[in-house]
Amino acid sequence: ALGLNGAPSALSTDEKQNSLEDITHYNNFYEFGTGKTDPVQYSGSLKTSPWSVKIDGLVDRPGSYGVEDLAPESALEERIYRLRCVEAWSMVIPWLGVPLAAVLEKVGVQSGAKFVAFQTLHDPEQMPGQRSRILDWPYREGLRLDEAMHPLTILATGLYGRVLPNQNGAPIRLVVPWKYGFKSIKSVVAITLTDKQPQCSWQMSQPGEYGFYANVNPQVDHPRWSQATERRIGAGLFGGRQDTLMFNGYGEQVAGLYAGIDLAKHY
Amino acid sequence: MVQRLNLWLRQVPVWAVWLLGLIPLGLLVWDTLQGNLGVDPVRSIEHRLGRTAIYFLLATLTVTPLLRLARLNLMRFRRALGLICFTYATCHVAAWVVFDMAFLWAQMLKDVVKRPYLVFGMLAFVMLLALALTSNRFSITHMGARWRQLHRLAYPAAILAAAHWLWALKVWESWPLTILLLLITLLSLRIFLGFRVFGWFRSVVGCL
Repeated sequence: ALGLNGAPSALSTDEKQNSLEDITHYNNFYEFGTGKTDPVQYSGSLKTSPWSVKIDGLVDRPGSYGVEDLAPESALEERIYRLRCVEAWSMVIPWLGVPLAAVLEKVGVQSGAKFVAFQTLHDPEQMPGQRSRILDWPYREGLRLDEAMHPLTILATGLYGRVLPNQNGAPIRLVVPWKYGFKSIKSVVAITLTDKQPQCSWQMSQPGEYGFYANVNPQVDHPRWSQATERRIGAGLFGGRQDTLMFNGYGEQVAGLYAGIDLAKHY
Repeated sequence: MVQRLNLWLRQVPVWAVWLLGLIPLGLLVWDTLQGNLGVDPVRSIEHRLGRTAIYFLLATLTVTPLLRLARLNLMRFRRALGLICFTYATCHVAAWVVFDMAFLWAQMLKDVVKRPYLVFGMLAFVMLLALALTSNRFSITHMGARWRQLHRLAYPAAILAAAHWLWALKVWESWPLTILLLLITLLSLRIFLGFRVFGWFRSVVGCL
């Protein structure tokens, strides 16, 4: 089914959404190449059905779950979120998905769990970008448990009222709107509850440039470029730049998660 | 064979090189007006201009080795190639100022002094500016030996420009790495294959 519906959410922004063309033809998904249009061009080879997500670690009901088990169509919500890339551009995207918290509750998180680790599919046959070792594949990401349980954090299976296109991380991906886009790992095949801070691909690749938290923060620059402002994709040649907001504008909801933490140190 | 080619090349007017050199710019303007630049035209414009500038810098630096190693004489066109490179570099910087940074001078200034890849890019641009300003008969006759010294800046400028490209990316990409290796090869040729200073001088004068 191409058409998907989601219940509207109070967590959605009413900012102008990017077009479907913008969202599906300007992607960072290095599994299919480093160019912005490589994912749309080369992700046709990704087989998204059948697909299962292995959930293990400190959970009561470990196992392989189908996409439909984790995010049944009846439970989908529409979440219109800002997305801020670490490269200092941004978009507004109408995702369809379910809160990650609902999924984690379903599998039963054990009391010792402190972090959630995620992995993308590793299959150079389907993902030609993985044939070059630009990153240590498979792509890995992680969240603190409280970040994962936050109501803003979702697992998305669609956008713009349709099934998630391959280049956007089909069939199921994470969306964490107050963090730089690379935290929102695509095409997830494994979720592990753990008591140790997980390894994250960009942090592994250049720890001086990418931290575990990767919260959007205009005051803490990436070593090689400023994060103070951003360019909204689709704004045209003279669209200019806008100020980047703390936690990508979600500070009211998430600032409490980081009370007492030096965000310049824990970037 | 090379001699015949050289004879033919002497018939080619310098403006023809300019005309060819400006084709990428024309295509870029065309693509911009037609909306062929994809979802993020700002980035496309900036990157295409920057890449083209480096290609022409590479072409400029190939002229002397071609003469030395293959006896192919493109010296008459070298100034045009260099100035075309500078034209693209200028457009690249202008696109950054106008489209990308939208005249946010304060942030631009902070970035240029703080970010290594912007420091590299800007240094390269200032060097190219010095070369462009002195790419005329007057400067050559009045600067004498200092002109030759100054114009060796083309090499550091090229290396810096390639480093600027590589460093702006999040991972090591093969194409800009290839360009950097080509530049380093050209530089090593110059150093190790004995392009004697006198010969270098003669060829420069010979072409102008």
